[in-house]
Amino acid sequence: MKKLIAARETWLGLAIIAMIVATDFRSSGFGSPGNLASIFNNSAMLIILALGQMMVILTRSIDLSMASNLALSGMIVALTNAAFPWIPVPVLMVMATGCGLILGAFNGVLVWRLGIPAIVVTLGTLTIFRGLIFVIAGGQWVNADAMSEDFVQYTRIEFLGLPMLSWYAIVIVAALYVLMTRTSTGRAIYASGVNPTASVYAGIDVGMTKFIAFCLSGALSGFCGYLWVSRYVIGSVGVAQGYELTVVAACVIGGISIAGGVGTVAGAVLGALFLGVINSALPVINISPFWQMAISGAAIILAVILNGRSEGGRAKVILKQAEVTS
Amino acid sequence: MSEEARTTRSIPDRLDGRLKSAVLSWPSLLLAVAVGVFILNSFASPYFLSAWSLSDATFNFTEKALIALAMALLIISGEIDLSVAAIIALASTMMGLALQFGVDTPGLVLIGIGTGLLCGMFNGALVTGLGLPSIVVTIGTMSFFRGISFIVLGDQAFKGYPADFAFFGQGYVWWVISFEFTFFLFCAVLFYFLLHRTTFGRQIFVIGNNPTTARFSGVRVERVKFILFCLTGLMSGLAAVALTSRLASTRPSIAMGWELEVVTIVVLGGVSILGGAGSIQGVVIAAFIMGMVTFGLGLLNVPGIVMSIFIGALLIAVIALPILFRMIRERRA
Repeated sequence: MKKLIAARETWLGLAIIAMIVATDFRSSGFGSPGNLASIFNNSAMLIILALGQMMVILTRSIDLSMASNLALSGMIVALTNAAFPWIPVPVLMVMATGCGLILGAFNGVLVWRLGIPAIVVTLGTLTIFRGLIFVIAGGQWVNADAMSEDFVQYTRIEFLGLPMLSWYAIVIVAALYVLMTRTSTGRAIYASGVNPTASVYAGIDVGMTKFIAFCLSGALSGFCGYLWVSRYVIGSVGVAQGYELTVVAACVIGGISIAGGVGTVAGAVLGALFLGVINSALPVINISPFWQMAISGAAIILAVILNGRSEGGRAKVILKQAEVTS
Repeated sequence: MSEEARTTRSIPDRLDGRLKSAVLSWPSLLLAVAVGVFILNSFASPYFLSAWSLSDATFNFTEKALIALAMALLIISGEIDLSVAAIIALASTMMGLALQFGVDTPGLVLIGIGTGLLCGMFNGALVTGLGLPSIVVTIGTMSFFRGISFIVLGDQAFKGYPADFAFFGQGYVWWVISFEFTFFLFCAVLFYFLLHRTTFGRQIFVIGNNPTTARFSGVRVERVKFILFCLTGLMSGLAAVALTSRLASTRPSIAMGWELEVVTIVVLGGVSILGGAGSIQGVVIAAFIMGMVTFGLGLLNVPGIVMSIFIGALLIAVIALPILFRMIRERRA
């Protein structure tokens, strides 16, 4: 119980509930189950992406190419669907995930084998992937009329009252929860972020672990590529532009330390939901959508300050700090 | 970030000669690339080799390069500022807002620079005062600063800047030499002296290499970093003046995505993203390379989005190739 009170996830969850209740006062119906389900559905992709980013950040790296990866994988399946409408959608989902995996593996190899800092690698691939979309699509858009009925419907079909999009997110959250807390891969991801040197002595291949994290974040981005194109029924060069930083923001709000090693699946999910609730609440309480950016910016700054507060005590131990920087 | 890479560093039994190390240094390598790009461009398009074309080419990158000078110092000290493009947007918006109240050109310039400086101080205070990681702080302020622009402007734009305001982004000092370019060269010399010829510059390197040692050696780490954040904000403010003057309008989406291009210039210029190493010469040459590549490709009718592939590939290749060569050499040895 004490642990539960101390956990920042609890506080973040309470903040989200408080926000929902407050908005519900202004406009009743905001807190209704139907509306909450639609908020969750709107946040589903951000949740999936934040989980991918979380694994990378845990290993002391960062993946800035996620949004470009998403857009490229999405464009590839959209074009495939437009050209060969008979290919069943599950095959396309696997294809999108595979594309994302390959792109993520490319990031991972550069970080693992060449030891280039992740921020540099993914800064480069961020622009490369985005440019490739233009090249493969020849600057064209893929519109709704080019997509098959199934392609569009596979995120919309309802099952037990929730659209499939939400179910994909739920399944992925559950799978990653098991991965992060019940498998040695999950432990390795945490360990290589907490203390890379000690991890090596413990027999963990830190580089390889980073590679795996990049592959996973790539695969999740690729899968979201299909989801995005199907949900918004548009494949274009501009898909999810700038979204990589929203994903990082969700992680930061969720209490995932950019220094690596600290963060949970629940935190990432709540961080994404926090942004999702803000985005849904603003129009309801008659705040112009133009305020959205500044408010999420302020939320990030606030979250970082609160994170810093809880970690502040540790950073003052000089010897420990010297050990980390050496 | 790459502790593994450092553990297998071999220690040479003698230092390379001065000439050899000068030839093999990063700036020389970049210069070779720059000359290569220049020659390729002149072959690729008949329009490239004219004084006015080359002058136009400089407009492509001077504003980004201005920020890159300060960003280089900041990255060498081990921090980063991703909010620079948002600072441009906010500074430009404040200038436009002041314009609505009839502020004249000198006032506009002061407001632009002042807004930049204030934003830099805000970042610096959060990072050094509260000891927060700069990458997340500036991701936050990036949304925050640009968000304010969106609140002020919405889907509108500020226009109607005074005629004499246009000089900063469109004026020429002499023949084809633009004011903006001259100002950039002036700043480059200034930053060269600041980084490579002053105690303050040495302190930046020390902090980047080992902040703990720096602190024990009496370097006021927090103060130096705070000044660097202010400097980056200030340069972003200057870039905002130049860009606003050049475009003669302000939209909240101004300079969107520039932060990554500025970081690309800095890293391409040989500044270690981990801090502690880098030079202004490298950054200046990298800015020229970026400008020439984009301009040359533009002359060949390559769309901007395809150019970004080249820039991204350039960034990775320039960093990966030396590492690959070293790995191959070590394998042979």
